[in-house]
Amino acid sequence: MEPLRALDEAYNRFSHDPSFKKQLGRWLDTFAGRPTPLYLASNLTRHVGGARVYLKREDLLHGGAHKINNTLGQALLAKKMGKQRIIAETGAGQHGVATAMACAALGLHAEVYMGSEDMDRQRLNVYRMKMLGAKVHPVESGSKTLKDAINEALRDWVTNVQDTYYLLGSVVGPHPYPTMVRDFQSVIGKEARKQILQTDGKLPKAVVACVGGGSNSIGIFHSFLHDLEVDLYGVEAGGESLSPGQNAAPLVAGREGVLHGMMTYVLQDEAGQVQTTRSISAGLDYPGVGPEHAFLMNAGRAKYVTVSDPEALDAFKNLSQLEGIMPALESAHAIGHAMKLAKSLGTKDSIIVNLSGRGDKDVEIIAKHIPQ
Amino acid sequence: MIAYLTGGDPDPKAFLANCTALIEGGADIVEVGIPFSDPIADGPVIQASSMRALSQGTTPTGVLDLIGELSSQFPVPFVVLSYYNPILAMGLDRFLRKGHESGVDGIVVPDLPLEESDEFRNMALRHNVDNIYLAAPNTSRTRLRTILDKSKGFLYLVSLYGVTGPRDLLSPQALEAVKKVKSLARGKVPVSAGFGVSQPEHVSAIIKSGADGAIVGSALVNIVSHHLESPNEAPDHLKSTVAKLKASTRKS
Repeated sequence: MEPLRALDEAYNRFSHDPSFKKQLGRWLDTFAGRPTPLYLASNLTRHVGGARVYLKREDLLHGGAHKINNTLGQALLAKKMGKQRIIAETGAGQHGVATAMACAALGLHAEVYMGSEDMDRQRLNVYRMKMLGAKVHPVESGSKTLKDAINEALRDWVTNVQDTYYLLGSVVGPHPYPTMVRDFQSVIGKEARKQILQTDGKLPKAVVACVGGGSNSIGIFHSFLHDLEVDLYGVEAGGESLSPGQNAAPLVAGREGVLHGMMTYVLQDEAGQVQTTRSISAGLDYPGVGPEHAFLMNAGRAKYVTVSDPEALDAFKNLSQLEGIMPALESAHAIGHAMKLAKSLGTKDSIIVNLSGRGDKDVEIIAKHIPQ
Repeated sequence: MIAYLTGGDPDPKAFLANCTALIEGGADIVEVGIPFSDPIADGPVIQASSMRALSQGTTPTGVLDLIGELSSQFPVPFVVLSYYNPILAMGLDRFLRKGHESGVDGIVVPDLPLEESDEFRNMALRHNVDNIYLAAPNTSRTRLRTILDKSKGFLYLVSLYGVTGPRDLLSPQALEAVKKVKSLARGKVPVSAGFGVSQPEHVSAIIKSGADGAIVGSALVNIVSHHLESPNEAPDHLKSTVAKLKASTRKS
């Protein structure tokens, strides 16, 4: 608890410090590539027939995903706290890559835990992390995916807590991580809200984002929470089906539990053992979810739905061929739901989809599933 | 001398025989882990034992039943170690009632911090089960005072920075931490130290520095895992190991 308390204190101090904010803002603008555009996907809109679909282009950020918003913030904080060694977990590898990038730029030493199964299916990102100077530790325990990488990172942290900063990649884990990561990601929603008001002169009918741990979704939802006329949709990985072990949809198919220091919805069996998950996208393959999403669902403010593996692949194909944009398989889940939703809305309505990452890392997997 | 084994590892029958050996070897308290899929406070040895137990279909209820069988035969106190989710899944009230009926005297929940523990603590009090808190070498004095105030049974002192697992040497923080905690406990709550405590010399050093008890887990679980092909031989080894550890708790 002491390290969490120290982190909470440091975060509270620096997040209100104008010079920290200014410094982070400069890194986000000049290194990561903010602000990102809000793009009207007019071909997709025409194809679907219904509401206008806008894409918040987080895929254009350095590293290819929204993850860099958080890693720059936390790496800067770690530096202020005097920690030189940074550890992180990664699922699809996007958070690992973004951690490696932020650490290289800020002169910190990065070590990343990654499930060995994820290392196989996201090989490209393993190479990228290594080239960026990070050390990658394969995790062989449990299901060899994201949850086990978090277990291993937590074990490392308690062992080396004096000189090590744990740079968690999503809005999960013990306090203050869910709050802190949300704050660093909330730049997405702040920009998107301003941009849609500029282009449309009104708020969108809905905001749609994929939910694994839930950082890109909470990041875009946050600025719209008080706009009650805007529907918020979190899209979980439906995998093969909603049967146990066949998906990664804790909000839709799980129940309340405690995992990784948070109380939230967890995919678990009768006895409280955490279940293995299944999704075509490694970044959504996690049996828990950020506790703020659990809250938003229970409060009725956000709706959570699933998109299956085949639907996500379909969405990937559609966006690639109609718009010339290859979404990450994670973000393809959001596109998949947005396409269904747009069809049910009028042409005067608009939807913002958070295109949280680009799909280059997934081409190997997709090539296996989509015949050429 | 507190001896730990993971419940249901490697199978229920062998577990019962192994626990009996701990008691015959002179364990003062037997600590039984409820296997969990994500044991974040545990190193590879206990992780593997948890997976073995789970692969045999071990459930929290099953482990409590096994403890029930032992406690009806032996007067030694039993402590359960469980991560919070299996307790929550069964329901706090049901878990603690069942625990009490099975002869469980105390319970350690490594992933339930003091700050979140009021409901559990009150429920444990109601069911006459001691809630045993953990403290680490870096726990602040202020927080330590509150933890000691709310502790029942004993305080479980984590003697190092890290997870469970046998180590060659006692951690450099261990003895310092024992002294700090003992001075704050002022005899109100016994203090037992574990994590990385695996050799008779470790036990002896910990007791000499003032601790009331030493907790040995992974070193004993290792004996179980080294005899998976010949489980009948494990009890003898466990018994003699515990006897040696017990002997080293004597201060003279």
